[in-house]
Amino acid sequence: MTKKSETKTLSEPESRALLRQYEIPCVSDSLVEGPDAAVAAAREFGYPVVLKLSGAGLAHKSERGLVRLGIGDEESVSRACTDLLSAARPEDHANGVLVSPMVEGSREFIAGCYRDSSFGACVMFGLGGVLTEALADISFRLAPLDHYDAMGMMSELAAARLLDETRGEPAVDRKMLAYILEQLGVLICEREEVVSVDINPIRIVDGKPLALDALVEVRP
Amino acid sequence: MGKDLIELFSPLFSPRGVLVAGVSSHPGKFGYVTLHNILSSGYAGEVHGTNKEGGEVLGISLFKSVVDIPAEAVIDLVFVCTPAASNEQLLRDCAKRGIKAAFLTSAGYGEAGDEGEKAERQLVDLADELEILLAGPNGQGLVSTPIKLCAQIVAPNPPSGAIAIVSQSGNFVSSFENFSLAAQVGVSRAISAGNAASLSVSDYLDYYSVDPETRVSLAYVEGIPNGRDFYQRARQVTARKPLVVLKGGATDNGQRAAQSHTGALAQDDRIFRGMARQAGIAQAFSVEEAFDASAAFATQPLPRGPRVMILTVVGGWGVVTADAMSDSDLVLADIPKDLEKIIDKKLPARWSRNNPIDCAGGETRDTIPEIMAIIADHPEVDAVLYLGIGIQSNQAKMFRTGPWGNDPDVTRIIAYHERQDARFALAAAEISEQTGKPILVATELSLTDPTNAGVKAVKDSGRYCFPSGPRAVVALNHLWRYSQYRKKSNRTK
Repeated sequence: MTKKSETKTLSEPESRALLRQYEIPCVSDSLVEGPDAAVAAAREFGYPVVLKLSGAGLAHKSERGLVRLGIGDEESVSRACTDLLSAARPEDHANGVLVSPMVEGSREFIAGCYRDSSFGACVMFGLGGVLTEALADISFRLAPLDHYDAMGMMSELAAARLLDETRGEPAVDRKMLAYILEQLGVLICEREEVVSVDINPIRIVDGKPLALDALVEVRP
Repeated sequence: MGKDLIELFSPLFSPRGVLVAGVSSHPGKFGYVTLHNILSSGYAGEVHGTNKEGGEVLGISLFKSVVDIPAEAVIDLVFVCTPAASNEQLLRDCAKRGIKAAFLTSAGYGEAGDEGEKAERQLVDLADELEILLAGPNGQGLVSTPIKLCAQIVAPNPPSGAIAIVSQSGNFVSSFENFSLAAQVGVSRAISAGNAASLSVSDYLDYYSVDPETRVSLAYVEGIPNGRDFYQRARQVTARKPLVVLKGGATDNGQRAAQSHTGALAQDDRIFRGMARQAGIAQAFSVEEAFDASAAFATQPLPRGPRVMILTVVGGWGVVTADAMSDSDLVLADIPKDLEKIIDKKLPARWSRNNPIDCAGGETRDTIPEIMAIIADHPEVDAVLYLGIGIQSNQAKMFRTGPWGNDPDVTRIIAYHERQDARFALAAAEISEQTGKPILVATELSLTDPTNAGVKAVKDSGRYCFPSGPRAVVALNHLWRYSQYRKKSNRTK
């Protein structure tokens, strides 16, 4: 059993970098040190953008107001960047501000993997967003898992219909989503140092799943 | 590997002779009950018993000790009803005379605190040293119908059949056997794993999967010490035969890494559920569902597709059965046009013209078997559910017990009704056999009046009479999922 104190979490860019190694599509990001670089990054991504404080000691950014969504112009980017840096506490070990494009989509899912004391490496998929914990509409498979297993995880959700064409949005690319789940299984089997991975949320953008945020817990 | 397993388990499930250690003269004691159950179930092998005072019980002369049993007695299995403290010497004596398997009912082991756990470890080491196959301890016994052996401290003795049972709780063995007896869908082997000190549930399942007498395994499990091991071995089992599992104890062990959502959302029952799907296990969520699924696997062919036709003589039953299908992977298929035309000629114009096929009371003498054969034979139909058996026989019963039961006209119709229901039951079994497609028959009379001629005829045909349409749907869904699982595993091989 791994205790919290024995593990550390990778920073957001590090987490996404790991996922990209496993061909899991992630939102682009750029780590900047100050407002000028933030503006330059925002210009490259195109507006609107998201700014977040980055730091090794940060885990619950939203609760502390360290995530600024839908920023639409240079002046706001500059101000948000300065605000975030000044809100940093010493224990956050802040190393800058993360700039990402703001991607739109009404459907969010959660996926992850971890090591169970009895069943070993497992992969999880579920309904994301604010209802994740309340509904706990989730399914599991043991890693490694195949395409058939991954497709089964999706159809087992009570909210499986969300994967179909809904409210003017196209059906979710289930094959691509299945591939993400399969790859999480590969990741947890290959990387002994990884204790758990949360991709929260996976947002559906024009039918394609995209990992927006990820938290990777590793053994030091 | 299969042959080795069969050889290994042979002294336990196919012993040439059985010794009951600790026979009692008191019918309230396990040592009496076991001997009684063995002797009264028709076991043809040698039966011996020991008791420290000797004497005679149920016509068997008891030996004071194992060492007193003549060398020419052929005994493979010792059934132990003695207290834990005396078991070491007993097993040593048994090993000396070539006994290869032991079933221990004795309590006072792993379930009894630190001392008991220590005793259990010593027991396992001893059995290993003596090369004795050790079942239990703290178990309720075993059944092996091919040799008519019922060595249990509980009833009943189930009929012979193709379901193999293993349970971590002895009472569930008895429960499933009760279902088997009532439904007349029989059992091949059954064992209460007790504390599973040496032989685990997975070990028994391995054996069942290669046992030629077994078509489906049925397991009740609670705590699984090593989930990953259970998973890997279950996959080996389901690669050969279907496996139905009822899992008790949906509690979370609450010790998981809390940093991640994934860890926080993980609970034993959720992971178990996913693992079961992945391993091709038919996981049941009630005792009834577990038996229904097992009985379906034991008596029906696997469907090759999801398209189900419901044939009913009464509207409402068809409706609730069709409703139940919406929670399954099965498909309530439209009636193919060519099939509709054929049925049109057999039924009055008011028939439903959709699935469920509601005959609307328009049946003549041969309608049911004819339509059943036509729909089951159609290439776009993968399975049939038939609802409505026993209605006529139910009326026949009321006639028979009523004041005019001896009236010649009434006796004639009683015979006709019962003959018809028997024909329908037989037709379902025969057409299923011919087409290789499952045909499930359901009526609540299966529970409310097991003597009903229709229900009885289903049993006599070797099939299971499901207690309701929706329960048949759940069972058929398990068959379909397993069928897909096997197809998929064969592809990926």
